Amino acid sequence: MSVVASERIIEFREALREAMSEEMRNDERVFLIGEEVAQYNGAYKVSKGMLDEFGPRRIIDTPISESGFSGLSIGAAMRGLRPIVEFMSWSFSLVAADQILNNAAKMLYMSGGQFGCPIVFRGNNGAGGQLASTHSWSVESLYANVPGLKMAIPYDAYDAKGLLKTAIRDDNPVFFLESERLLSTSGHVPEEEYTIPFGQALIRRSGTDCTIISFGRPLHFCLEAAEELAKDGIECEIVDGRTIRPLDIDTMIASVRKTNACVVVDQSWSFASVGSEIASQIHAICFDELDNYVHRVHSDDVPTPYAYNLEQAYMPNTRKICEAVRAATYNS
Amino acid sequence: MSEHLQLLLFALVYCPFSTTVVIPMVEKDPETTLYTKQHSSKNSSRFELAPIPEKGILLAWLRQMLLIREFEVRTMQAYQNRFIGGFCHIYIGQEAVAVGTIAAVNPDDPVILAYRDHGHALARGMDPKHCMAEMFGRVGGCAKGKGGSMHMFDADHYLYGGHGIVGAQTPLGIGLAFATKYEDELIKGGKSTHVTLCYMGDGALNQGSFYEAMNLASLQDLPVIFVLENNRYSMGTSIERGTSMAHDLHVKSDAFGINHAIVDGKNALHLYRDFKPIADWCREESRPFFVEAQTYRFKGHSMSDPRKYRTKEEELVEESDDCIASLATFLSDEYDITTDAIKQMTRQVKTQVRQAVEWAKKSPDTPIEELFKDVYTDCWGPYTGTSKPEMLQEGDDE
Repeated sequence: MSVVASERIIEFREALREAMSEEMRNDERVFLIGEEVAQYNGAYKVSKGMLDEFGPRRIIDTPISESGFSGLSIGAAMRGLRPIVEFMSWSFSLVAADQILNNAAKMLYMSGGQFGCPIVFRGNNGAGGQLASTHSWSVESLYANVPGLKMAIPYDAYDAKGLLKTAIRDDNPVFFLESERLLSTSGHVPEEEYTIPFGQALIRRSGTDCTIISFGRPLHFCLEAAEELAKDGIECEIVDGRTIRPLDIDTMIASVRKTNACVVVDQSWSFASVGSEIASQIHAICFDELDNYVHRVHSDDVPTPYAYNLEQAYMPNTRKICEAVRAATYNS
Repeated sequence: MSEHLQLLLFALVYCPFSTTVVIPMVEKDPETTLYTKQHSSKNSSRFELAPIPEKGILLAWLRQMLLIREFEVRTMQAYQNRFIGGFCHIYIGQEAVAVGTIAAVNPDDPVILAYRDHGHALARGMDPKHCMAEMFGRVGGCAKGKGGSMHMFDADHYLYGGHGIVGAQTPLGIGLAFATKYEDELIKGGKSTHVTLCYMGDGALNQGSFYEAMNLASLQDLPVIFVLENNRYSMGTSIERGTSMAHDLHVKSDAFGINHAIVDGKNALHLYRDFKPIADWCREESRPFFVEAQTYRFKGHSMSDPRKYRTKEEELVEESDDCIASLATFLSDEYDITTDAIKQMTRQVKTQVRQAVEWAKKSPDTPIEELFKDVYTDCWGPYTGTSKPEMLQEGDDE
């Protein structure tokens, strides 16, 4: 649906930076806060140069104090400021869980509609590469369980910019899950301003034999798997959900009705997960149109290991996705 | 002395839930009650006591404290009669803190609270009927019955909520101060003119979020006062059992270069005279402050607390120093306010609270459509956007 006419190619991290900078120029209530975002130019150089443009009052370095600066930002959002909170990693958001889940996500409801929380929490999510268990969280299933927040997961530079601009303009708390492994990837991003609405999935590859639904970095492996499977004559349709809350189940269902087979690839753990939720919804809505039950690919149900070979085996990967598609389409 | 005895009689009649209330002899000399301690932190300065407010203001304070006391008595009754459910925390004994501190700031300064929050909401100006209806879980409640006792919010009065997780409101409080400073200086291009009151109980002294909040408030020069209501018990644990350096709490803020003061949380006048200059200083200097108001919770932690962790004798001693009685005594001694006048005020307050209870009882149940409202500001899936509570709609009509 999004045909990108632009010839301009930029990195994922530049796309994020452009989204933030443009929104900060448009709205003086927007500011960026987090560890190393200002003087250090961002732990992952996402905010490089922003201190020079906007100054230390709007690009704010914090100590390593996630609960403190998340809470500060939520308090500021209650008064109508529009903070962007950078978590160096979503793994570190766990120490701020009370603030982001209790205070950000529930404030509007608890106050009977009096105080909203227009805030974006963003940062790297998922295994970054041999960071071991505590630094490799995929938080999508953990946090998507909570009503009151929205959740977006961009896969490429174009979506990173368009979805982040939408997130910053949203009046609700948005959990924006990036991937360290995607920050250096490049893609077409037009010069002209655009936004991408939440709740609109994207067909990243058309196919007739099996629908693969995924979000964020695992899409890379889905696309690889689709090429591999095509060699055997299995044509996959890949649906990039883009946002988990709201979830565009309609686009997913439409694809499944075409292919009659479905694999959900979700990099969080399988138990009570985004993957199990989507599978459940598909089973409920188009039970009769499925030739097989919805197959799922997740990270294995263990803490993330450090060793390279173990970590690779643990995550959703091309091999696992191929196996799941073959099984779902009775080709194994 | 006969006046004191009359007041004693009034107090005995007035407080149906406490065994006895003895009127204290006011021995503290208001001119010398400077509890404020200064420590080696930046922006350290000495404070002069604020002048004694005029009679009319003191009478208004007394009325507010009587209102809170009566409101809480009726809250306990309503709880026992099952009109109120869940957790419910009673403020009786601590009224002087809410009244004296809120009197020291402007009506548009942000206020944020922990969960023992009815008293502050009333002192801030919330109509008791909306406060009571919230606890009744009715649509007329300040949060349409979605928050309950621990979540008193009032946008018109810059009241950013009671909050249920111990200490979790302290980072929010510094965020409010961050926001006023950002608005005043960056958006309006002027000087920072607000100060935020961030209340906390002594239990929050042991939560990490408080220390993160103090660190950031100091680093960012935020105009926020952490008002510690030290009522000596966090749930059933005495401060000595739960908090290191409980005898000398200034060390908690010293580590962050934040000034500290101890104020008399059982005497609104003493408290105000100490606190007002602190609030003015924070506003002027845009710096945080840590103020310990020493007080006592006359009732249990919550409605289900039998108070086995403290002695009856201790309670009697503490209750003999009642903030309502001490202000009444001061007004009687200094301004010849008669017992009759105070009794009349008490009757008015009782009527007001009775009417609030009646109003809350008549307020309809929150309609079932509200279940899916206020989850998100926009409509999608089962979510139906947001809407203003009745309390704020009344404000629109005026």
